Amino acid sequence: MTEKTVLNDTHRALGARMVDFGGWDMPINYGSQIEEHHAVRRDAGMFDVSHMTVVDLHGARTREFLRHLLANNVDKLKVQGKALYSCMLNEQGGVIDDLIVYFFDEAHFRLVVNAATRAKDLAWIERQAKAFGVEAKERPDFAMIAVQGPNARAKVIGLLHEVDRPRIEKLGKFVAAAAQGPHGMPLFIARTGYTGEDGFEIIVPAEHAVALWNALAAAGVAPAGLGARDTLRLEAGMNLYGQDMDETVLPWEANLGWTISLDEGRDFIGRAALEAQKAAGVPRVMVGLVLDEKGVLRHGQKVLTANGEGEILSGSFAPTLNKAVAFARIPAGEPGEVRVDIRGREVPVRLVKYPFVRDGKACEGI
Amino acid sequence: MSEIPGDLKFLKSHEWARVEDDGLVRVGISDHAQGQLGDLVYVELPEIGASVQAGHGAAVVESVKAASDIYSPVSGEVVEVNEVLNDKPETINEDAYGDGWIFAVRASNRDELNDLLDADAYAERIENDDH
Repeated sequence: MTEKTVLNDTHRALGARMVDFGGWDMPINYGSQIEEHHAVRRDAGMFDVSHMTVVDLHGARTREFLRHLLANNVDKLKVQGKALYSCMLNEQGGVIDDLIVYFFDEAHFRLVVNAATRAKDLAWIERQAKAFGVEAKERPDFAMIAVQGPNARAKVIGLLHEVDRPRIEKLGKFVAAAAQGPHGMPLFIARTGYTGEDGFEIIVPAEHAVALWNALAAAGVAPAGLGARDTLRLEAGMNLYGQDMDETVLPWEANLGWTISLDEGRDFIGRAALEAQKAAGVPRVMVGLVLDEKGVLRHGQKVLTANGEGEILSGSFAPTLNKAVAFARIPAGEPGEVRVDIRGREVPVRLVKYPFVRDGKACEGI
Repeated sequence: MSEIPGDLKFLKSHEWARVEDDGLVRVGISDHAQGQLGDLVYVELPEIGASVQAGHGAAVVESVKAASDIYSPVSGEVVEVNEVLNDKPETINEDAYGDGWIFAVRASNRDELNDLLDADAYAERIENDDH
């Protein structure tokens, strides 16, 4: 049975092309994926991300529990509303999921996890939470709308209650706060995103989601589908769970080392395996590729290097750059001249440092 | 969804064929197919002079989403390719049955045209696809 977000009828009324996305009936585009991509890079676009799973954690020992559950350290969260990106690992160091954790108070944190991994995430979290007396409560009563782009914040702020505007205006990156939206609806506004642009991700009670969407549309925010979301996050150098990493991949092999906090004395799940792999040497690395000639890099294509074969993880035409880019996992060591097998043709590609695009512009060297 | 021109014949795999006055068979993909593929970003055209076989790959179109082989509806020799698509592959999205043609073939066996679907049969087929 395919699940639907509360905005499903709204998407259909806009003429969206709907696809199955991890068991959810979601809009892939509303006409042109490329135009939606450009709308986010140049102005403001919005995505229905209500399929993502919100989990509230309650209990006096919640911080202690998260210090154990997550590979990043929640002790970085000191101020109410602050957010942190982290991997949740299994004992072998493989990535069960990546998520964002928000700090409300010592007895209440919030997780936002992926839709496709919902069931296994909830089972894992509940299993680990027992020992800490922490209760994990899913929040299907919420919808979520991501508003992204250089003008996204201004357009959202214009819809808020006047008393809230200066405070949300000053909201720092990776910080969230409550505010009143149109008709006094209660919003949880986070300055986070998955596009490489500034903007907000807004959690809203499901019964207000359509009204919020329509108010945003009236403010000139363009509806954008999950197709554009994928090319935007790829250009921005952000991993997609299931494509760029999964339970067979350690964070070192997925360029997620920056999210691993090997702080002294913290015994988080997967730590021993991570330290062992680091000591032994990480066998594979994740790199960025650019294809300067015509063609498109795609998931699953073979990558040929001096040290053997690798493969393309996420790959696509990048609308901002007007050429194809990709993430690939290849054997560690000096790769030499790198080529990709595109339908039997070996095509030379450039190895680059990513992100490919930030704040609307191609990064240096792309 | 735009009207399907009545003079076209179709492969089940969504390529159209139009027999022109000089006997050439012009080939493209249907409006339905371009809609399914989404924004096209790259077209790999056949070489002029290449011989193609009915039902075999002759070109490739790539959208943001996926790469698709384009089968030739008839056998013969490629005599024209739509060079415009090299710089403007989105022409197929904009005008699939007109300016978005892909290549033209001098057919070696006109009888193959009888194996294709007519516009009504194709319309019925994609109607069923959608449900």
